[in-house]
Amino acid sequence: MPSLKALKNRIDSVKSTKKITKAMQMVASAKLRRAEDAAKAARPYTERMEAVLANLAASAKDNPAAPKLLAGTGKDDAHLLIVATADKGLCGAFNSSIVRLARERIVKLQGEGKTVKIICVGRKGYDQLKRLYADLVVWRTDFLGVRRISFGEAQEIAARVLEMFDKREFDVAAIFYGKFKSVISQVPTAQQIIPAVAPEGAAPPDLKGAIYAYEPDEEEILKTLLPRYVSVQIFRALLENVASEMGAKMTAMDNATRNAGEMIDKLTLQYNRARQAQITKELIEIISGAEAL
Amino acid sequence: MADKLHFDLVSPERRLMSEEVDQVDVPGAEGVFGVLPDHAPFMATLAPGVLTVKNAGAEKRIFVRGGFAEVTPAGLSVLAEEAVPVEELDAEAIARRIRECEEDLADEDVTAETRRQAEQELRHLKEMQAAL
Repeated sequence: MPSLKALKNRIDSVKSTKKITKAMQMVASAKLRRAEDAAKAARPYTERMEAVLANLAASAKDNPAAPKLLAGTGKDDAHLLIVATADKGLCGAFNSSIVRLARERIVKLQGEGKTVKIICVGRKGYDQLKRLYADLVVWRTDFLGVRRISFGEAQEIAARVLEMFDKREFDVAAIFYGKFKSVISQVPTAQQIIPAVAPEGAAPPDLKGAIYAYEPDEEEILKTLLPRYVSVQIFRALLENVASEMGAKMTAMDNATRNAGEMIDKLTLQYNRARQAQITKELIEIISGAEAL
Repeated sequence: MADKLHFDLVSPERRLMSEEVDQVDVPGAEGVFGVLPDHAPFMATLAPGVLTVKNAGAEKRIFVRGGFAEVTPAGLSVLAEEAVPVEELDAEAIARRIRECEEDLADEDVTAETRRQAEQELRHLKEMQAAL
């Protein structure tokens, strides 16, 4: 039986932990709202971009001279995995589930004898992947000093990826991130970005029978559009990732706060019992002492 | 004929403008073109420059860079990587940044990465300066 003092200390320490997790939960919920707003604000651009690309891709599909970013290199030997995770922990299984998905893919690809390269975005992903696949990581970056992820960060990653693609260092690229479904549900997702997949559900605009005029021609436009599309997709993945991270953190911290509360109740009960027992013991001592006289 | 043209200006981070206007002059890669209501479907890449929005006699000038313009029966949408109203550009600040970039480039012991960035920045700044 722990002493009264030890119990008291224990209760105090759980109480302060509870305060911290509670505060973290509130911070995460504020950040989640901001992240959701950012994701929402980025939506019109992405949607437009997808509509335009769907439109162009449909007509370029049969063209043998279609850009490699759209048509692929014709091979499937080297894969680039962009693993986007958070920079901080304490958000439940968020980071591990993304890493697990990526790891499954790596194992599968390696089993098929393909080359795998990894770009780690976010510190936690790298921390987990380096144990097994340190030699596969070609580049890594994190956003520790960045308060709000802007398009610039996505472009930086995209530039890197495109440079590698130009050098034929990989044939297929996919980005792994947590898709934000709701505060309690984030789905680790792998999305192929190179060769570009024409987005589903993006309906080409109704032209009422008219034909598009292009300036410069379609191929030129596709050539400038596709690299941008890569940045846009990375950007969207990063924004979703932040929202997911915050959602996961909120849930994790909410659970932690509740657990701490339960623990405090249990410890308090124990403390009171111990106190009661001590009082009873003291009384018995006094009474038996008086009787002996 | 529709009297007004629906005009959207979006950047990756947010929607900057979405309104009904009379005319928009867009700096296309192959020259500036004007879009009036009921323009034929059209798509063009953008050259860095000034986009002019005309509405009810008023003019709004916006510096845009990187992206493209799309005209559909629903209206004109411009997707720009960067869009700044011209009145918010500060000539002095740009000139100062150009000087800084040039100094960076003149400096010999910088890495290739910084040099590339500085060059890009410089090009970009010069475009802005030209737009003023």
